[in-house]
Amino acid sequence: MVGQGNQRKGLKTRKQQRLLVLSAAVATLVGAVLLVLFALGGDSLSLFLQPSDVKAKQIAAGQHFRLGGLVEAGSFSKAEDGLTYHFTVTDCVATLPVQFKGLLPDLFREGQGVVTEGELNAEGVFVASTVLAKHDENYNPPGTLPKSADQCVHPGDAPYQALDQAPDTVTGR
Amino acid sequence: MHRFANPAQFNRLADAVMPWAMIATVLLFGAGLYYALIGSPPDYQQGESVRVMYVHVPAAWMGMFIYVVIAVASFVALVWRHPLALLAGKAAAPIGATFTALALITGMLWGKPMWGTYWVWDGRLTSVLVQFFLYLGYMALWKAMDDEEKAGNAASILALVGVVNIPIIKFSVDWWSTLHQPASVMRLDGPTIDGTMLVPLFLMAAAYQVYFIVVFIWRMKLEVNNRKLSVMRGSGMEN
Amino acid sequence: MVEFLDMGKHAIFIWSAYGVSAASLVMLALRSRSRQKASDEQVVAARARRKSGA
Repeated sequence: MVGQGNQRKGLKTRKQQRLLVLSAAVATLVGAVLLVLFALGGDSLSLFLQPSDVKAKQIAAGQHFRLGGLVEAGSFSKAEDGLTYHFTVTDCVATLPVQFKGLLPDLFREGQGVVTEGELNAEGVFVASTVLAKHDENYNPPGTLPKSADQCVHPGDAPYQALDQAPDTVTGR
Repeated sequence: MHRFANPAQFNRLADAVMPWAMIATVLLFGAGLYYALIGSPPDYQQGESVRVMYVHVPAAWMGMFIYVVIAVASFVALVWRHPLALLAGKAAAPIGATFTALALITGMLWGKPMWGTYWVWDGRLTSVLVQFFLYLGYMALWKAMDDEEKAGNAASILALVGVVNIPIIKFSVDWWSTLHQPASVMRLDGPTIDGTMLVPLFLMAAAYQVYFIVVFIWRMKLEVNNRKLSVMRGSGMEN
Repeated sequence: MVEFLDMGKHAIFIWSAYGVSAASLVMLALRSRSRQKASDEQVVAARARRKSGA
């Protein structure tokens, strides 16, 4: 602000220097952090494993982890006690049977995503202590089909139509 | 750029924009709330809870947008020693922090009935929480130092360092498995939200944007006044 | 006319989300405006003091 006249030239080069240094610093920082997160952080920063990850890693029984994927169409059943649920989680490559005793969230549906937390038992069944519903990217009025159906259930198989009329038929509530 | 360097010129521009921005805020909120609460259908999966999206998503967008505004202002302030840019960052920060907090809170209020939990530490939720802390840190640095110039420099550097969090928020749902759903609007193959639901979403987003302009102008004037007062106080002591 | 007020079984969450958003944004706007007005008056007063004091 002071001495703008005769110092103009010096001021300009200092500004250019600051521009260069600051741009380079920000670009380097952003690039470095993103590279580290993208290249090294993938597995540890993910919230859950998918069935094929579980098979590939050969996770032992009794080890606590989160399992995520789609609830396979037609796999849902309720045990006689009325509180225990059985369903299969799939990532379209591998599947894993899940057993859960507790309250299912509202969005729990066959053909929709879930994130469960628990451990494998000796029989290779994933015994979940919590089940969370994972919403997908589709937002639609009732009675319409979602735009993106890159799930391994055919829209025809999935109970989309039946759901909005009678949501209780799928989860049994 | 230099047209806005002068506070008097800023004031003239602000006074010209203000009435229009206020009218737009009222109209857009009216239309946006009508479509959000009455004029749009429930979702085929979520039912009425989809309406939370119309306050949640625009708040999340504004939280990120205002962060970028602060980062750009900080960059301009550090490189060109532009006093008004420094004040622009300071004026915008509380608004961005409010929008980020609202994105977190409304997201939790949607998550409990839909996911089954208020919170998980997944990539998206955690990175947005980090953004909220960056806002708090930026505002705290402004308050922590008596020397305005030092405070402004420190806060600006923090804002620039934190800009790395913006792509992390955006791509967290693609890079890592998260409970949060992937992008529905800004995706390569176009929105996966039905047109009837895009209307309230975009109206509310526009309402939030003009609201930001109105409140930003008020806070900007406040910061310019505070700067004037501290300059007057400073020169008063010298005499 | 008031049937839209019935948001189903999750109404409490939906209305809370709208309530918190509205309350926060209105409060932020009002506080920003009143602080700006107060600072305008301070500047006028400080200028007047300067003139009379100098």
